[in-house]
Amino acid sequence: MAFESINEFISMGTHGPYVWSVYGISLILLFGSYLSSVKAKKNQIKRLKQRYLREQKS
Amino acid sequence: MNWIWFHKLGSPKWFFQWANKWSKFAFVIGVLMLSIGIVWGLGFAPADYQQGNSFRIIYIHVPTAILAQSCYLGLGVAGLVSLVWRMKMAPVFIKAVAPLGAVMALIALLSGAIWGKPTWGAWWVWDARLTSVLILFLLYMGVIAIQNSLDDLQLADKAVAVISVVGLINLPIIKYSVEWWNTLHQPATFSVTEAPAMPMAMWLPLLLSTLGMYGFIAAVAMWRMQTEVLIREHRSNWVKKEILDNGI
Repeated sequence: MAFESINEFISMGTHGPYVWSVYGISLILLFGSYLSSVKAKKNQIKRLKQRYLREQKS
Repeated sequence: MNWIWFHKLGSPKWFFQWANKWSKFAFVIGVLMLSIGIVWGLGFAPADYQQGNSFRIIYIHVPTAILAQSCYLGLGVAGLVSLVWRMKMAPVFIKAVAPLGAVMALIALLSGAIWGKPTWGAWWVWDARLTSVLILFLLYMGVIAIQNSLDDLQLADKAVAVISVVGLINLPIIKYSVEWWNTLHQPATFSVTEAPAMPMAMWLPLLLSTLGMYGFIAAVAMWRMQTEVLIREHRSNWVKKEILDNGI
């Protein structure tokens, strides 16, 4: 490791707030993009399935 | 030259099945490389002798900045293909990828601002690099807004294709902004012709996180394009068969 202790790792010298806020914001935005894209695909498949089944019945 | 792959890529059905096979692969490899790159960069790469630990922001900043530009290059090419050859998948690509490009540009801008504060003493300066990337972000937002505000799908596809192509002019401006104008921003990190300007222990994790970001975005882009194909092609038999028989 480039750090002596876990405290030093968290404080990043004096740059902890800068470094960790970047990683926090990025994680939220990346995970949000992933989640919303997967959800949209699942929802669309569900919608179409219901629609096709309805059409088959009628 | 064999052009069959080009025609295949233009086929929504072929793309959908191809993406089913490759998206998970791209996702797993991408997230793995991204994670290794970031853990390595955050915990094990040596601190910068001038910037200290704030330089670790680079492992987010550079990958997202590169992806923001790569996505836009994709948009521009797709716009051209859409206008010239009317390939079905081109507008699907633009619609699916524009929001991802916007997220990449946003992260690049935010991480750059947060990195700028301890390094330059300012969150933001109106210099050429920062401004041209802000314009890139605004171009993405314009594409998204126009795509969503026009009810006529064909008209919307055409409009965003035109903006995507016109906006390409911004890419060389971003690339050369650090050479053409005086700037606070440091020059490019990756170069094809020159050896890296940083030690391997800093550079390798950056390479990993950049390649990983490509994989992650490729996978999410494929899923978004699949969703768009399902919406646009819901009347075709193969979609019906895919959903009812294969239960995807």
